[in-house]
Amino acid sequence: MGVNIFEFILLALRAAIPAGTPLLYGTLGEVYAERSGVLNLGVEGMMIMGAVSGFAVAHTTGNVWFGILTAALVGGLLALIHAFACITLRVNQVVSGLALTMLGLGISGMMGKRYVGQPLAARLQPIHIPGLSDLPVIGELLFRFDILVYIGILLVPLLWFLLYKTRLGITLRSVGENPAAADALGVNVAFVRYAAVVFGGMMAGVGGAYLSVSYAPAWIEGMTAGAGWIVIALTIFAIWDPRRALLGAYLFGGVRVLQYRLQPLGISPNLLNMLPFLLTILVLWISSGEAARRHIGAPAALMTPYSREER
Amino acid sequence: MMPEDGVVVRMKGIVKRFPGVVANAGVDLEVRRGEVHALLGENGAGKTTLMNILYGIYHPDEGEIWVNGKRVTIRSPQDAIRLGIGMIHQQFRLVQTHTVVENIILGLKEAFFFPDRPARRRILELSEHYGMKIDPEARIWQLSAGEQQRVEILKVLYRGANILILDEPTSMLTPAETHDLLRTLRRMAKQGQTVIFITHKLEEVIEVSDRVTVMRQGKVAATLNTSETNPRQLAQLMVGRDVLFRLEKKPIQPGEVVLDVSGLNVLNDKGLPAVCDLALQVRAGQILGVAGVSGNGQRELVEAIAGLRPVVGGRIAVNGRDVTRLLPRARIESGIGFVPGERWMALVPSMSVAENLILKNYVRSPIGRGIWLDRRAIAVYADALINQFAILTPDRHTPLKKLSGGNIQRALLAREMSEKPSLLIVAQPTSGLDVGATETIWQMLLAERERGTAILLISDDLKEVLSLSDRVAVIFEGQIMGEFLAEQADLEQISLMMAGALRLSDANVVGEAA
Ligand SMILES: Nc1ncnc2c1ncn2[C@@H]1O[C@H](COP(=O)(O)OP(=O)(O)O)[C@@H](O)[C@H]1O
Ligand SMILES: [Mg+2]
Repeated sequence: MGVNIFEFILLALRAAIPAGTPLLYGTLGEVYAERSGVLNLGVEGMMIMGAVSGFAVAHTTGNVWFGILTAALVGGLLALIHAFACITLRVNQVVSGLALTMLGLGISGMMGKRYVGQPLAARLQPIHIPGLSDLPVIGELLFRFDILVYIGILLVPLLWFLLYKTRLGITLRSVGENPAAADALGVNVAFVRYAAVVFGGMMAGVGGAYLSVSYAPAWIEGMTAGAGWIVIALTIFAIWDPRRALLGAYLFGGVRVLQYRLQPLGISPNLLNMLPFLLTILVLWISSGEAARRHIGAPAALMTPYSREER
Repeated sequence: MMPEDGVVVRMKGIVKRFPGVVANAGVDLEVRRGEVHALLGENGAGKTTLMNILYGIYHPDEGEIWVNGKRVTIRSPQDAIRLGIGMIHQQFRLVQTHTVVENIILGLKEAFFFPDRPARRRILELSEHYGMKIDPEARIWQLSAGEQQRVEILKVLYRGANILILDEPTSMLTPAETHDLLRTLRRMAKQGQTVIFITHKLEEVIEVSDRVTVMRQGKVAATLNTSETNPRQLAQLMVGRDVLFRLEKKPIQPGEVVLDVSGLNVLNDKGLPAVCDLALQVRAGQILGVAGVSGNGQRELVEAIAGLRPVVGGRIAVNGRDVTRLLPRARIESGIGFVPGERWMALVPSMSVAENLILKNYVRSPIGRGIWLDRRAIAVYADALINQFAILTPDRHTPLKKLSGGNIQRALLAREMSEKPSLLIVAQPTSGLDVGATETIWQMLLAERERGTAILLISDDLKEVLSLSDRVAVIFEGQIMGEFLAEQADLEQISLMMAGALRLSDANVVGEAA
């Protein structure tokens, strides 16, 4: 009984979905932040801080949900700093984001020292979905994930609907495309941007926590290993659309798993490390014609601070 | 208390300062219910600032505002909307990628889910009521400037505004679209709306307004009943002195063909055709003006000739030499001077006047010597240009951005003209300049023509094209719809050509079209 194609695909998904889940959370958050016009290059920093704080709280309290909640709050708090810097103080968004990443990497290393090598009793367990999880093969492989995986998947249609079909979404997208237009109609541009950036930070925090309380589950210094940067690429890859974020996150998640699988075969991990970024460039190249025609692409006001009195 | 005199908006003693300028220096304005009130003034007179204050975008440093007889403080556009004030800005404030409905209901708290049927119905009702056709599902980028403006107006009406402010609404429109708009405004006024109409065009004031307030340098020069005034008086109030309405243009026998463009095809930034099989010729001592609604390939055309945009097909020749594939530097050497429409594209704001003046010839002696610059040569050269072209600057070391718009443009023209080009490409030479500065720029261009330079003039300002050019070509969607002698220009025909509704065949090109 050899491994057939079908089984291979299932096995690949089995590995790619958990690996892609932190990317998915991060990307969904970043999509919202960037849709409001604020680029946050601090995703890596917010994720790792989410990972360390989530682990620490889960470890100490013995309750994994406290850990995840803490991670969301910490991510949101870091994002709030970024929001204050770029929206209120109008600091360059790239500079502020990079600072946030470095800050996060540094602090998490320091804070996490005592948790290195600690086992986690309170970790997320795979949940059993009656019926589905009991299916032969498929159930075994695809319906034995923990709750965060499923929440991530459910967030995709939810955030998509919110973005395109509700007043909230139109307001958010307008602020990212043309803040002057939104402002002239009485939309509070700064508030919308703050909210979107903080939401992005909370999502990144949860994504980081997923790594430390479920995927690993352990605290390892620098354990995000560039996931935050992949999120930045993924956001572009997804053309700022939650649905494509799902596709991209699992695809890139799969690539990250491959990285470890192929390493023993002598394929350089550095090569595979580049893959997400190369794929992003490829996708941009392929879709640029279509994007121009249908006027989709980066929010027009991305990275431009807004001030009413300025011309 | 309801005002018996019918005054709906009263602004008193409005003062607004910006760093270095007093945009409004104690302005009084009264607007009556149901009138079209024109706000006339040169660029920089403070019209937009005053209306932005009424709309809550700026906050006045001093002064009081009454709306419907009540003293009000307007802190934000939201406050203004609540008072029934709506403003349509000069630059449209629309989200290009969104639909008409999405743009109109943005910021309203009516329905959470979208798309929203009642909203669409309301929009259709309104557009019918005021005779402004629009497809609610169209995306903004698919609409013409005239249609986009309708969306802006509907946006304001949808919010129940009864005081409409329009900031230079005709600057982006073709003459025919302008005509439609003015008719719509009259109709609105008749139905009880109050319209404040900002413009610097005298004809529009005369055509549409009941009363006019003329502003000059941040102050009100006068408020008049339109029926009791005339363009001459208005122009004088606006500028503060008599203005020349006609330019003195010496007749010149055009010389050899200098610029010869044939079958030119150029793409825009999105990779779509912007210039299609375009042909034109400019002779020595001749100004060829290209008229058209902005965005019809003018920018791509001049950039292709200047060498800043690749040519996908066709040929550009200067003085009989094919330059189609030459790099910008080589084109400069072959005698092309270029004044782009976006001034800062050709200048460095934070560098000094002198440095900007030598940007093109610093590589050559006497200014460039090997890898060094000769500072004394720079000083002599820059001071000579500053004198010759009367550039008003404290000295040659002053950062260029500190100069006024007119002087910045003069510096740019000085640099290009000092190279003694055989072809000068000039785009939007006077955009954003006031009447005084415009006059001197025009004189400079006419002097250059007399020197025997071939000039290709691109401008969104039809009046400018008509008064400067020897020949006029009308461009629409990257094609020349017709070419004729400037003195034989027929406004109605030009208007049709600008809208793409008329195309002269090559046979009757010289002005004798039916
Ligand atoms: N946001 C701003 N910042 C600085 N200066 C401004 C600003 N808005 C207007 N100004 C200046 O105020 C003056 C009046 O401008 P504006 O009201 O736009 O005139 P108008 O609309 O009559 O052309 C100009 O000198 C202009 O440069
Ligand atoms: Mg203005």
